[in-house]
Amino acid sequence: MTATIKKLKDLTREKERIAKAREAYPFCITISSGTCGLAKGSGELVKAMQAAVKGLGLSKKVLVKSTGCHGFCDIEPVVHVAPQGILYQKVAPENAKEILSETVLRNNVLDKLLYTDPRSGQKVRYAQEIPFYKAQRRLLTKANDLVDPESIDDYIAIGGYRALAKALLEMNPEKVIDEAKKSRLRGRGGAGFPTGFKWEFCRRAKSDVKYVICNADEGDPGAYMDRSLLEGNPHSALEGMAIGAFAIGAREGIIYVRHEYPLAVRNIRQAVAQAKRRGLLGKNIFGSGFSFDVHIERGAGAFVCGEETALINSVQGLRGEPKQRPPFPAVRGLWGKPTNINNVETWASVPIIINKGGDWFARIGTEASGGTKIFSLVGKCAHTGLVEVPIGTSLREIIYNIGGGIKGEGDFKAVQTGGPSGGCLPRHLIDLPVDYDTLAKAGSIMGSGGMIVMDDSTCMVDVAKYFLNFLRNESCGKCLSCREGTQRLYEIVERICEGNGKEEDLDLLEELAQVVKDSSLCGLGQTAPNPVLSTLRYFRREYEAHIKDKRCPAGVCKSLIQYVIDGEKCIGCTLCMKQCPVNAITGELKKVHKVDSDKCIRCGVCVESCKPKAIFVV
Amino acid sequence: MKNKKPKRNGSGDPRLDKVLKPYKGEPREMISMLQDIQDEYGFLPEDALRQVAVALGVPLPDVFGVATFYRMFRLNAPGRHTITACVGTACHVRGVPRVVDELSRTLGVEPGQTTPDGEYSLETVACLGCCAIGPVVVMDGVYHGQVNPQTARKLVKTPAKAKEVVKS
Ligand SMILES: Cc1cc2nc3c(=O)[nH]c(=O)nc-3n(C[C@H](O)[C@H](O)[C@H](O)COP(=O)(O)O)c2cc1C
Ligand code: FES
Repeated sequence: MTATIKKLKDLTREKERIAKAREAYPFCITISSGTCGLAKGSGELVKAMQAAVKGLGLSKKVLVKSTGCHGFCDIEPVVHVAPQGILYQKVAPENAKEILSETVLRNNVLDKLLYTDPRSGQKVRYAQEIPFYKAQRRLLTKANDLVDPESIDDYIAIGGYRALAKALLEMNPEKVIDEAKKSRLRGRGGAGFPTGFKWEFCRRAKSDVKYVICNADEGDPGAYMDRSLLEGNPHSALEGMAIGAFAIGAREGIIYVRHEYPLAVRNIRQAVAQAKRRGLLGKNIFGSGFSFDVHIERGAGAFVCGEETALINSVQGLRGEPKQRPPFPAVRGLWGKPTNINNVETWASVPIIINKGGDWFARIGTEASGGTKIFSLVGKCAHTGLVEVPIGTSLREIIYNIGGGIKGEGDFKAVQTGGPSGGCLPRHLIDLPVDYDTLAKAGSIMGSGGMIVMDDSTCMVDVAKYFLNFLRNESCGKCLSCREGTQRLYEIVERICEGNGKEEDLDLLEELAQVVKDSSLCGLGQTAPNPVLSTLRYFRREYEAHIKDKRCPAGVCKSLIQYVIDGEKCIGCTLCMKQCPVNAITGELKKVHKVDSDKCIRCGVCVESCKPKAIFVV
Repeated sequence: MKNKKPKRNGSGDPRLDKVLKPYKGEPREMISMLQDIQDEYGFLPEDALRQVAVALGVPLPDVFGVATFYRMFRLNAPGRHTITACVGTACHVRGVPRVVDELSRTLGVEPGQTTPDGEYSLETVACLGCCAIGPVVVMDGVYHGQVNPQTARKLVKTPAKAKEVVKS
């Protein structure tokens, strides 16, 4: 039976009880089963492992735990064997039995399941020896390795809700705000506003009803740290919200979570229900007199709803259109009441700050910005996943040391940071430290932490087109400059990609971009030109190649490329002919084949099917 | 206490009544209501939208206004199978456009459409949060990573049930 927690000593007792129950199992097998793990088959692996434990009669000895994402999504499903500490990668259900019979029972390491360090060629046994993990500082994400997100006990076992108890019983709201200020925590949702100061504004606002909101709309397509946190360790954000609510004087919280993250929705719903059942949410928490309740709203698929005023409209059941600020939500927010909105990662940092102290947190990171930031290192990088490092870590450290550089043969070309509001940073800026101010000066933003690595097969004009297409579709249409501006910008870049660009187009793009920036109502429009402006700034030659030479150097823009078969390499196997969906390839067995460019739809299927790699793009 | 709620009695559809039952009938509940209706029917039937307007006491155009503002809502019935390709940035640079083209060609429909036999709907979404293993395609709730045009074609031909369905 699970007991209600009414006092601090109940929490301590629960923690001890859970620890004891865990100690009864000499072995623990942890399987990462976030959405990305499930995509790679961790669901079947968990079932196979449970069956194998039963089959081998180990039910009293081996605890099988399924957790959220451990960050290194590239090598999922990952199995962690304790107490040996061994990490196995890309584990299949068939491997379940041997992991138990060999590693658990006989202490034999299964070499074939170990990770191979691509640089040294050595097999690696322990997570902390893998280069991807070694250089990280996993302040927030570490807990994802340890807790089953469906179990509040797991969270309590790692010291969960201790920070809330401390805030409620040993501190007062001013002291909590003070710690938040000292920590130099800045909002992780993109704008980077100092969290402690934001809380203070809201605390000062006079009203008997106030709200806190957790922004889990995670709109940047390519960033997924919020999903990972909510999905893998939902109680940490909840605990942070409760502490923040205490600080500003709110009794009600809302979590606005993207509906595209079904598992995150499920896990946070469950977490809220469990916390209520245990008395960690609800009335008179820890007997402190402070009451706090949380409910969950699902987003409905609109990027602009990540913007705080649009989000508030959406929670009120309206179209998610932004409003002019001021008044800021801290003064007039949800239902006209003072409202404090923070991002998931911001909230999840709060318990750490309360436990360890603001000064401790501030010492990690830079002068202006404390703590760590989680980045979603994706795209053409060798090791993709979630990377948590102190703010101020260089792009090179993240992309090369942790990410292992570019996957395959290509060369690093650019990294896109900050999503649709950010920009593309070229190779010569690789030593920039990643913090709010430096990246903004370079024409991008740190944003919510998307980091999309691009190599020489990525066309920067196409990337600009991609973002403009996204933004014109997501513009809510309320203000003209954003609605029409993103549409016109898109049309110009589209015609450049199609080989119909004119030389004046580049100046026109810059001019129009400035107008959209200056005259749009909300952050969406104000930052919408960043992707096109930053690519123009750093990759102007590539635009010029499209316009003047009618060439796409990266071989992406369909109107400007052709597929050609190299007569020296082609072995005449007819495979490409068979694969071509439009019969554009002709030839005979053992004779060199030919692509008919008029028929070819540039789908690239032939390139992928060609074993001797005889087909290339010009 | 025993006051009747006349607004609630008009639907005549027990399935819909069940969906709307937990709601108090406040306009703020509109988006959740629509989401629950879509979870139940797979889309928003016109009758249901009318019923929402009645239940909340708001004009029907307001309900349409909300239903058309948000990308998740669909006003037409989806196919028996839904294939969703992620067109987020990470998947884009890893070649999802060619995957979408291939799916489009295989099925003979554009993204956002359903095959005439009602078998498949092809959808796109900007990011499913599995960016590290892109391109990502979801077939009937089952996530697939590192999809290329060939594997995408195979997915359509064999709607697998083997893997875990991710539901909220
Ligand atoms: C177009 C647009 C989209 C946004 N999307 C998000 C989002 O998905 N998640 C988020 O936390 N903040 C987003 N923001 C920022 C929020 O408006 C707000 O600044 C943030 O939630 C505040 O929390 P923080 O101080 O903890 O960062 C967005 C802003 C704009 C202009
Ligand atoms: S970009 Fe495709 S899952 Fe995120």
